[in-house]
Amino acid sequence: MISERHINFLTLGLLVLIPLWAYGVDEPFTITLMTRAVIFALAAVGLNLILGIGGFVSFGHAAFFGLGGYVMGILAWHAQNYSPLMEWPLLIEGTKSMPVIWVLSILLSAFLAFLIGMVSLKTSGVYFIMITLAFAQMMYYFSISWSAYGGEDGMSIYVRNDFPGLNTLDPIQFYLLCFVILMAALWLMSRLVKSPFGLALNAARQSPQRVQAVGLDLHKLQLLAFVISGAITGLAGALFADLNRFVSPNMFSWQLSGEFIVFIIIGGVGRLFGPVIGALVFVGLEHFLGGISDYWHIYLGVILLLIVLFSKTGVIGLIGKKEVHDD
Amino acid sequence: MSFVLIAEQILNGLQLGVMLFLMSAGLTLIFGVMGLINLAHGSLYMVGAFAAAAIAGLTGSFILALLAALTAAAIAGAMVEMVVIRRLYNRDHLDQVLATFALILIFSEGTRWVFGSFPLYLDIPSYLQGPVSLPGGIQYPLYRITLILIGVVVAIALGLMISKTRIGIRIRAGENDREMIAALGVDISKLYTIIFALGAALAGLAGALVGAIQSVEVGMGEPVLILAFVVIVIGGIGSIKGAMVGSVLVGLTDTLGGVFLPKILQLFMDISTATNVGSSIASMAIYILMGVVLIWRPTGLYGSRL
Amino acid sequence: MKNLLNVSAGILAAVGLTIGSAVAETKVGMITTLSGGGAGLGIDVRDGFMLAIKQSGRSDINVVIEDDQRKPDVAVKLADKMIQSEKVDVLTGIIWSNLAMAVVPSATAQGKFYLSPNAGPSVLAGKGCHPNYFNVAWQNDNIHEAAGAYADGAGYKNTFILAPNYPAGKDALIGFKRYFKGKIAGEVYTKLGQTDYAAEIAQIRAAGADSVFFFLPGGMGIAFLKQYSGSGVDLPIVGPAFSFDQGILQAVGEAALGVVNTSQWNKDLDNPTNAAFVKSFQAEYGRLPSLYASQGFDTANLLISAIEKADVNDADAFRSALKSADFESTRGDFKFSSNHHPIQNIYAREVIKEGDVFTNKTLSVALENHSNVYTEDCKM
Repeated sequence: MISERHINFLTLGLLVLIPLWAYGVDEPFTITLMTRAVIFALAAVGLNLILGIGGFVSFGHAAFFGLGGYVMGILAWHAQNYSPLMEWPLLIEGTKSMPVIWVLSILLSAFLAFLIGMVSLKTSGVYFIMITLAFAQMMYYFSISWSAYGGEDGMSIYVRNDFPGLNTLDPIQFYLLCFVILMAALWLMSRLVKSPFGLALNAARQSPQRVQAVGLDLHKLQLLAFVISGAITGLAGALFADLNRFVSPNMFSWQLSGEFIVFIIIGGVGRLFGPVIGALVFVGLEHFLGGISDYWHIYLGVILLLIVLFSKTGVIGLIGKKEVHDD
Repeated sequence: MSFVLIAEQILNGLQLGVMLFLMSAGLTLIFGVMGLINLAHGSLYMVGAFAAAAIAGLTGSFILALLAALTAAAIAGAMVEMVVIRRLYNRDHLDQVLATFALILIFSEGTRWVFGSFPLYLDIPSYLQGPVSLPGGIQYPLYRITLILIGVVVAIALGLMISKTRIGIRIRAGENDREMIAALGVDISKLYTIIFALGAALAGLAGALVGAIQSVEVGMGEPVLILAFVVIVIGGIGSIKGAMVGSVLVGLTDTLGGVFLPKILQLFMDISTATNVGSSIASMAIYILMGVVLIWRPTGLYGSRL
Repeated sequence: MKNLLNVSAGILAAVGLTIGSAVAETKVGMITTLSGGGAGLGIDVRDGFMLAIKQSGRSDINVVIEDDQRKPDVAVKLADKMIQSEKVDVLTGIIWSNLAMAVVPSATAQGKFYLSPNAGPSVLAGKGCHPNYFNVAWQNDNIHEAAGAYADGAGYKNTFILAPNYPAGKDALIGFKRYFKGKIAGEVYTKLGQTDYAAEIAQIRAAGADSVFFFLPGGMGIAFLKQYSGSGVDLPIVGPAFSFDQGILQAVGEAALGVVNTSQWNKDLDNPTNAAFVKSFQAEYGRLPSLYASQGFDTANLLISAIEKADVNDADAFRSALKSADFESTRGDFKFSSNHHPIQNIYAREVIKEGDVFTNKTLSVALENHSNVYTEDCKM
């Protein structure tokens, strides 16, 4: 049995070595696959803040993921067609610059999370699960019927957006970009968890009364966590759109929200690297099982089921040190 | 807009609501008594529809097909409960979500493996075909009237069962205090299996009834599942009465919104924009309804207060 | 990166040839829907395609097949894999317009050829057309235009039209109206994936129409037809072939009997290629071929005809070989328009029952040598 710390280092090693190896033997698709995993991991890292630490199971994080995607899609689409986004009251042009797109994705997702959080955080438990789902479904149906930006067909962006000094169309360079962002998000998370804010959030999940008793505003605390959580997932959405050079309403689908939760559970709830490991395992399973048979979903289902039934703490718990805890 | 059209749309909304009730009754019972979120409930709906289509194809009898749907879904439900679900009662909602999500994958692809990739044929029997004339000059399909009646009968039977029978008393006791009824010597695991099978059978029945006028295909359960969740959240989780009211509300909102919103918007804008905007808002209508209800009452209309 | 779905035609011969000689192999990536609700269509395209490859007896065509699960992002991932890892020369297989929009522009931009066996979104025919993109099925509007032309010819004056609220649905209604000269009694967009049409049928009843046109692909169409036939409304229906296709028809049953639908192909089209195709498809797979199977078969034969004429690595020569469309199609005469979409006859067919099996009978030509309206928007 190895400690969680070692598992984290191992994961980090894989994230660096696999793409480098793939680069060396000229297997660009492996890099693309790793990029997909890293972006999914980033989305789930965002979710993990409100779900793992805050204790609120959001079944609607695809709302932020999709919004981030559409921010990228809409800006790049206007830039690609040389048509301004808005002419009145002030002229706004589209852009192909990644940093600008990222900042906007983060801000808009944070704002959406603020709105959704204001309403949803008044509920808890299953009601929270369902109301977040409802908001994501609204976004989904809205995007399908919003024909100006492709509706159900979505939007294709022919060339990946630009990042100063990098050729983003080169798989390894785009991977590194995503990897650095994931690392930054993980660093932020590790700081947040240890900060007074994170400690209070954690305490609020375990015993809300106690936190209120010391005079903290529970609702504000959780709302802030939800906003940060949504913003990170929104950024992941913008990256995902750039990876595929395509956005569609599918980015808002409830299955995707479900998959984010699945990543976290596979990896281990509330653990820093849980979402990363979960996303890696899931993308790997999806890739390798897909080649085995037309009916590969059955195998995936069975594997997920076994993980839930026989490991209460995800992969980290399975291979890591047994923790002492009782349910 | 004529009276006949409005009346007909209200009937349509009721019929959708009644079918949603069959789905959500099981879901809400399972949650209320066992505290379990069952995403795989839609798969049981699908199992019912496929079993009915298979038996109707073999025997040609619609009644036998319905019985087959009830039985197959109940057996599938009981098996799922005994093999998987039983281990999840003490886990948190997250594990339940993942496990039942995995069950959806297994059920969907398993069904496709057995029955193939093409939709199956299931039709309404000849004696239920065609329209009937209702007072006021309304022509309405006989089969849909039958659906409404079946739904109402099931709702009454379920209500009586819960309020009057021994098992009903146990179910109510289980909702209130799980440890207590175990302490009183009730075989709790048997009770859970029965409730799960009962909920599954209702879902299977709904699948077969609706399958006859829609298409019996893999994945048919998921859209209904989401609707059923909306229903039980609006109604208040665990409450049969809430599921009843929620079903009718969702059925009416969905049906009437799709028809009347574009018409209302036509008063303000030109026809094609109105159609577009109207149908967009209509497709979000039930989620807006759910949001509003939850803001007003965070545990649904009939949910127990926190 | 082992892929057990790799199918190579005539494995034994292939081994012998590739070792013995330096014959250039053409690698084809097929991304299609093989799991979930829409799998029937993808399976038919794949089976039709592979039948043609098998019949050609060629060992130098290597087809890699992958399942897109009908998800755009999965399709994009697979396209990346096909291009980056498998290094395919030609891509094909996508069923749905939204998936095609996700994959085709970037694949053709990377210099790959794309042969569409089913989807034909208007963007790819107009402003977004590309020299390396060839559509072997139809431009999305075509089948609906033919339905409009048929409804007009049949003397309908006041038609109620409905389609799902998404781009292909809007294209369908626009396509229908382009050739239908009568009045529109009502125009309704339904929710995508909707399965209950009671509300729409009530509107049809109240609209005073003399006929109904609908475009509701997949399960939506099955549900609509069953509910319509039970509603007591007995106005004649016209629709595109997608809801009356061989795979779906058995699930609709009696409700579809007598309905006129439009298609560029039917199993009774009188040409030797088609007769042989229908017979061999049944012998190989034990079921009647569908529209999609015929499209898959034609796509493969177009590809083979081009490979016979030119090397795929010589892009210009290969492109003009494709463009000449020098193959025997199951639909009879087949040419490409200037934007690489078919010019072909589109027929009106009627649903009949042959013994126990529901199928279609060709009635008449709805539109002759029909091209598409987007040729002028396409600059290439």
